[in-house]
Amino acid sequence: MTLRGETRSSDRGVAAVAPDPMLPRPFRLQGLRRDTEDTVTLWLDPVDGEPLAFAAGQFTMLQAFGVGEVPISISGDPGAPHLLQHTIRDVGGVTATLVRAQVGDVLGVRGPYGVGWGVRDGAGGDVVVVAGGIGLAPLRPALLDLLAGADQYGRVVLVYGARSPADLLFPTELEAWADRSDLEVAVTVDSAPAGYRGRVGLVTEPLARAGLDPDRTLALVCGPEVMMRHVAEDLVRRGVPPARVRLSLERNMRCGVGLCGHCQLRELFLCVDGPVVGLDRVAPLITVREL
Amino acid sequence: MRTMKTLLEAHPFFAGLDDEAIQLVVGCATNVHFDPDQYLFRVGDPADRFYVVRHGRVALELHLPGSGQQVVDTVEEDQVLGWSWLVPPHQWFLDARAVMPTSAISLDGVCLRGKCDEDPALGYAFMQRVAHVMYERLQSSRVRLLDLYGGGRDAAR
Amino acid sequence: MVSVATAAVLDLAGLQALIDALRERGYTVLGPVVRDGAVAPSPVTSVDELPRGWGDEQDSAFYRLRRRGDDALFGFASGAQSWKPVLFPARQLLWQGRRTDDGFTVEEPPDAGSRYGRPPYALLGVRSCDLHAIGIHDRVLLDRAGADAHYAAARQEAFVVAVACSDPAGTCFCLSMRTGPRPASGFDLCLTEIGTAADGHRLLVEVGSDRGDEILAALPVELVAVADEAHRAAAARVTEVAAARMGRELDTDGLRDVLYAGAESPRWDDVAARCLACTNCTLVCPTCFCTSVDDESDLTGDIASRVRSWDSCFTGDFSHLHGGSVRASVRSRYRQWATHKLASWIDQFGTSGCVGCGRCITWCPAAIDITAEAAAVRADPGPSTAAAEGD
Repeated sequence: MTLRGETRSSDRGVAAVAPDPMLPRPFRLQGLRRDTEDTVTLWLDPVDGEPLAFAAGQFTMLQAFGVGEVPISISGDPGAPHLLQHTIRDVGGVTATLVRAQVGDVLGVRGPYGVGWGVRDGAGGDVVVVAGGIGLAPLRPALLDLLAGADQYGRVVLVYGARSPADLLFPTELEAWADRSDLEVAVTVDSAPAGYRGRVGLVTEPLARAGLDPDRTLALVCGPEVMMRHVAEDLVRRGVPPARVRLSLERNMRCGVGLCGHCQLRELFLCVDGPVVGLDRVAPLITVREL
Repeated sequence: MRTMKTLLEAHPFFAGLDDEAIQLVVGCATNVHFDPDQYLFRVGDPADRFYVVRHGRVALELHLPGSGQQVVDTVEEDQVLGWSWLVPPHQWFLDARAVMPTSAISLDGVCLRGKCDEDPALGYAFMQRVAHVMYERLQSSRVRLLDLYGGGRDAAR
Repeated sequence: MVSVATAAVLDLAGLQALIDALRERGYTVLGPVVRDGAVAPSPVTSVDELPRGWGDEQDSAFYRLRRRGDDALFGFASGAQSWKPVLFPARQLLWQGRRTDDGFTVEEPPDAGSRYGRPPYALLGVRSCDLHAIGIHDRVLLDRAGADAHYAAARQEAFVVAVACSDPAGTCFCLSMRTGPRPASGFDLCLTEIGTAADGHRLLVEVGSDRGDEILAALPVELVAVADEAHRAAAARVTEVAAARMGRELDTDGLRDVLYAGAESPRWDDVAARCLACTNCTLVCPTCFCTSVDDESDLTGDIASRVRSWDSCFTGDFSHLHGGSVRASVRSRYRQWATHKLASWIDQFGTSGCVGCGRCITWCPAAIDITAEAAAVRADPGPSTAAAEGD
C-alpha cells in the first residue's frame, strides 16, 4: 500500500515475496573486507545459484543461523547482482556475529525489501547524493546506477562526511570517483590528525558551495537522522522541493514485511513504505520527538 | 587582472560596506602565498591580521597531549579566517597551516581595529560580519560535538 | 442479509447437536467457559460447560462475574481474552531447521500442543466486536506483501459461530465504533438468545455462509424449527436493548486528525503519570498484532528455531535503535499505542484499529480509559506541531 502522492519510477524496487516470507535463503560468504575498525563488507554467493536482483536502496534481513536477523542495506551494484554485497557495522548483538563471519560460512538472506532510491527520477536533471558515516553504504548502489546511466543525468554530486579519515568507507573507490569527469566528489570529516589534506567540517558546508540548481535537483540523503534533518532543511532552504529530497530512515525491524509492527513511524511501515521516503511525506514526522 | 578593490568588493564578507570603508580595507590588504605545511600563525601569536582564502586550503589545528596535533577545521576558498583581530584578547587560539599551495589576502587587523575604535559605525559593521563567521563556525562545531557518526555502540540488541 | 429461509430456531438440545456435529466434522469446539473468576475461550463438548446463568460487571480496572437471575448462556459481555490467541497464538514456531554445509534443512517441529486443543477450531460465541477484530486481522495479516501463512491456515479452517450481545458491559462501546452489537457478516452461523428456561430456552440461528448452511441442514430435523416473525422480532429487540446500554462512548468524528495534531498534547504527560507500561492492554486487545521474531538454538547451535511471539509497543526496547530507544518515555509509548489504534490504523488499513470491546479499559490496572484519553486530547490538543498534516 503506498501512501505517498509523488510519482515514483519503476526502479524503486519490488519486494520479493517468497512462499514463506520468514524462511531465509542460504548464501555462502565468498569474500570479506575490513573497511574500518567496526565495519566489514561481505560478499555472499547464493547457494542455489539464483542471484538476488535488487534496486538501489533496498535491504535484506541478514541472518546468522541460530542467532538472529538484522536489516542490512545492500551496498552492491544493482547492475551486477551475482554476488550479494553488504557493508555491516558492529553495533552489538547479531551484527557482532555477522562482522566475525568467516569465508565459507553460510548466512541466511530474506529479501530484497523496501522502497529504493528511485534514481531514475533524477533523469534529465542533477542528482546530489549526501552521505554521512555508514550512510554511504546504502547510497553506493545509487551512485553506481547514476554512473552506469551517466548520459541521462546532468551534474552528479557526492558529498560524504565521516567522523575521521580512518572512518571513511570505500577510500579506494572514493579516489577513483573523484578522478571521474562525470562525478563531483566532496569529502569532509569531523576532525583529522594533522597531515590530513582534506576538508574538515560538516557535510552542509561543501553542499552549500556546490552551487546546486534547486529547480533540477534530486537529492538522496542517508546518515544519522539528525544529520539527515539538517541536510534536508538546508536543501529546502535553498529551494529544492521537499518531494525531491529523499531520506533513508531507520527503525527497529524484526520481519521486513510489514507484519511485526516494530518499524512504524506513525502510519508508515518503514520496511514496506520505506526505508527511502520523500521529505514531503516525512518532514512532519521526524520533527516530533519520540514519535 | 582584477584589482584588490574589485576582489574585496566582490567578496560576501565585505558586501554592504560603503566606499570609504572599502578604501580603508584596500589600504590594509596584501596578497600572500603559503606553501603546503607552511604555518600562517601559531597558538599564542598576537592576532594582528585576518585572511580571505582565495585558493587552496588552511587547516586549523589544536595539539592534544596523547593524540598529537588534530585538525579541527579547514578554511576553504572564499572563506574568512580569523576573528581574534577584533575580539580580545587578540591572540590566536589555534595553529593555522596551509595543506596545499594557498594564496590569500592578508588584512592588517591592528590598523582596522584602530579605525573601528574611532568610528563605532564602522566597528559595528565589522563586528556584524565577524559575528556571522563565528556563528557558522560555532554551529558546525556544535553539531560535530554530537559525534553523530560515532555513536550507537551497545552490547545487546 | 439472511432470508427467513436461512434462519432457524434451536433449543438447547439443538445447540448440543450443533456442537456434536462440529466435533464430528473434526472441529475442536471452543466456547466461553468460566475459569478462575472470568470468562474466556476453552474447548467445550457440552452445552453444560457454557456459562449458564453468569453475567459480568466491567468498569475501569474492574471485572467481576455475577450470578444472573436467569439461565442465559451468553448473558455476559467481552470475555477476559478475545479469540486472538486462538488464530494468532502468542507463541508461534515459524520454522525449525538443522544446520547443514549448504545452509539448513527445514524440519518438522515437535507438536507443541495448545491449551485450545488441535485445529481446526470452531469458535462458539464470537461477539460482533471480536468478529470485526478478526476481520481487521484478516486485513493486517493476510492482505500484505508477505502474508502470515500460519494465520492464513488457521483462519481458513476456522468455523465461526457468532453471538449477538444481549448484555453489554460497562466498558463496551461497539456502538461508537460501528462494530456491533449485532454481527452483520463474517460468520458461518449467528446465534441470538431469544428465550431462557422460564419461557423455553431458544436461540435464533442465522446462516452466514454455505458452510453454516450445510451444518444446520445436517442437524436432526426435529431439533431445528423454522424462524417466524416473532422470533425475528425478539432477536431484534435483544439488539435494540443492547445498543441502548453501552457503557462508554467514543467520538470518532475526525479522530485521526485530532490525534495527529495532538502529538504534543499535555494530556499525554497526564497519562504517562498513571500508565505502568505493563502491556495488559495490548495483550487483551483483539486487534493488536505486533510481534517479535527471535532465533533460538540448541546448545550445539546445529538446530535453530525461529519463533514469533507477541510483543508490545509499550515495552522499553520495542523501538530500540543504536543503543537507545526511539520511544524511551512512557509518554511516547502510550501516545504511540493510542494514536496507532485510533488514527494511524485508518491510514494503514482503511478502518479504525479499535472495535470498542472495552477490554483495555477493564484490564488496565491503572484504570486508564482510552475513550476518556481520546476525548481529553480532543479537548486539549496542545501546541500545534508539523505533525498536524495528516495528509
